Amino acid sequence: MTGSPQWLSMETRVKPAVFDYHRPDNIEEACALLAEYGADARVLSGGQSLVPLMNMRILSPAVLIDINRCRDLAYLREEGAAIACGALTRQSEAETSDLVASRLPLMSIAMPHVGVRASRNFGTVCGSLAHADPLAELPSVASALDARFVIASSRGRREVTADEFFVSALTNCLEPDEMLAEVKMPAIAEGAGCAFHEIANRAHGFAVAGVAACVEFGPDGRCSRARLSAMGAGDTTARLSPVEALIEGQRLDDALIRAAGAEAAVVADPAGDVHADAAYRAEAIGSLVRKVLRQMQGAAVER
Amino acid sequence: MSAKKVTVRMKVNGKEYVREVEPRYLLADFLRHELQLTGTHIGCEHGVCGACTVLINGKTGRSCLQFAAALDGAEITTVEGIAGDGPLHPVQEAFHDAHALQCGYCTPGFLMTTIEFLQSNPNPDRGQIRQALTNNMCRCTGYLNIVDAVEDAAKRMREGACGA
Ligand SMILES: Cc1cc2nc3c(=O)[nH]c(=O)nc-3n(C[C@@H](O)[C@H](O)[C@H](O)COP(=O)(O)OP(=O)(O)OC[C@H]3O[C@@H](n4cnc5c(N)ncnc54)[C@H](O)[C@@H]3O)c2cc1C
Ligand code: FES
Ligand code: FES
Repeated sequence: MTGSPQWLSMETRVKPAVFDYHRPDNIEEACALLAEYGADARVLSGGQSLVPLMNMRILSPAVLIDINRCRDLAYLREEGAAIACGALTRQSEAETSDLVASRLPLMSIAMPHVGVRASRNFGTVCGSLAHADPLAELPSVASALDARFVIASSRGRREVTADEFFVSALTNCLEPDEMLAEVKMPAIAEGAGCAFHEIANRAHGFAVAGVAACVEFGPDGRCSRARLSAMGAGDTTARLSPVEALIEGQRLDDALIRAAGAEAAVVADPAGDVHADAAYRAEAIGSLVRKVLRQMQGAAVER
Repeated sequence: MSAKKVTVRMKVNGKEYVREVEPRYLLADFLRHELQLTGTHIGCEHGVCGACTVLINGKTGRSCLQFAAALDGAEITTVEGIAGDGPLHPVQEAFHDAHALQCGYCTPGFLMTTIEFLQSNPNPDRGQIRQALTNNMCRCTGYLNIVDAVEDAAKRMREGACGA
């Protein structure tokens, strides 16, 4: 027989630990499985974060609930003033969607920063949110958009805000029998601007810090509503509320932008790691806040 | 300990295969050890290097991050399938001519990335090519010859399409 040598047994050819595999056809079946297996189970969507952890045996779930056949979760649609994104919407689908480009431009401009094309082809928007990495782009986008997280279980549905959903690094608020079914993101308002910038060591892969912003302006040109969310500013995606308070009701002039940047660097409570120390990250967040707000000045003037 | 096996039907490079596999069997290992298609290389096994990139239903994906069992009914193209037994694919020719490989370990992945990229962008500039190539890592070439090769492959494919 040709092929692999004898010593390379099946056991050495597999990386993840043994698990029971379930492939529900719709969200009801998925929720029933979650109700049955609870904390022993993990949801598998794009697998782009979960499978690396399983290959390294950092995670060894006893049960995998693969939602990739739940066609009822694959949608991206307009619902009133919001865009609803189902749990099976791939990042690459959102990246190339006209609906997202026109109604959720913040997500459109952030998406090319999320990993590489091969990871976006499979990784889902909701999977990235559920993974809750403080250095991931989409949680900061969802938080700057004031998104609503629709959580499903066999007990029913509930909705939470980004603040409630992101608990700490790699930890969301889901109970063991719950899954994220959908994220609802308000479409960009008339006279609003948005911007996203990050600082990274490479053009692909994870950033050192980032800022997503969505700012609305009144007819007087003053900032009527500001939402800024930072990546790398703490152990979870964090809104920069003191910075928002500083600029709301004001004209975005250069002095205010400098003050906002300085405030952001103070508010940020980053961790240091091999890629950047904490002081550098805080500086980076201050400078990114200035950058996104300068871009927004254009949005205020253009009107 | 091993788990219950599941049946997978997969079309790989145009050929139908049916196999019984453990759910934890990765596509990369399935291709290499079950189907003996060893052209797909394994580097990091956590999605970062791109050596294991194949086309899954026409889209690039990391075969080290997919369970074969989850791909029941899928169509896969590996480096063995891009030219079949015929002459080299224009992307392969361009890599050969531009000296875009040294050890060649990363090459199968780069070829899959290039094929997907040129399908959606047949006339890219060098900036777009560099952006697309972030999908893969090469530890030998320094990338410049790979960028040249992709540029040349695009030209060959555009000319080929006109000639056809
Ligand atoms: C090379 C590479 C580079 C990357 N670079 C970046 C990057 O720069 N920025 C970035 O943000 N990400 C990056 N990622 C990760 C990103 O690609 C993942 O897609 C994303 O983090 C997880 O989405 P997923 O659909 O793949 O989820 P999975 O990997 O399937 O799941 C991730 C976690 O969320 C849980 N989960 C998934 N879906 C649900 C659900 N609907 N309800 C409840 N729980 C759920 C899973 O159980 C698991 O714990 C990268 C990945 C790779 C391979
Ligand atoms: S082996 Fe799959 S990406 Fe490195
Ligand atoms: S040619 Fe050796 S890794 Fe690319």
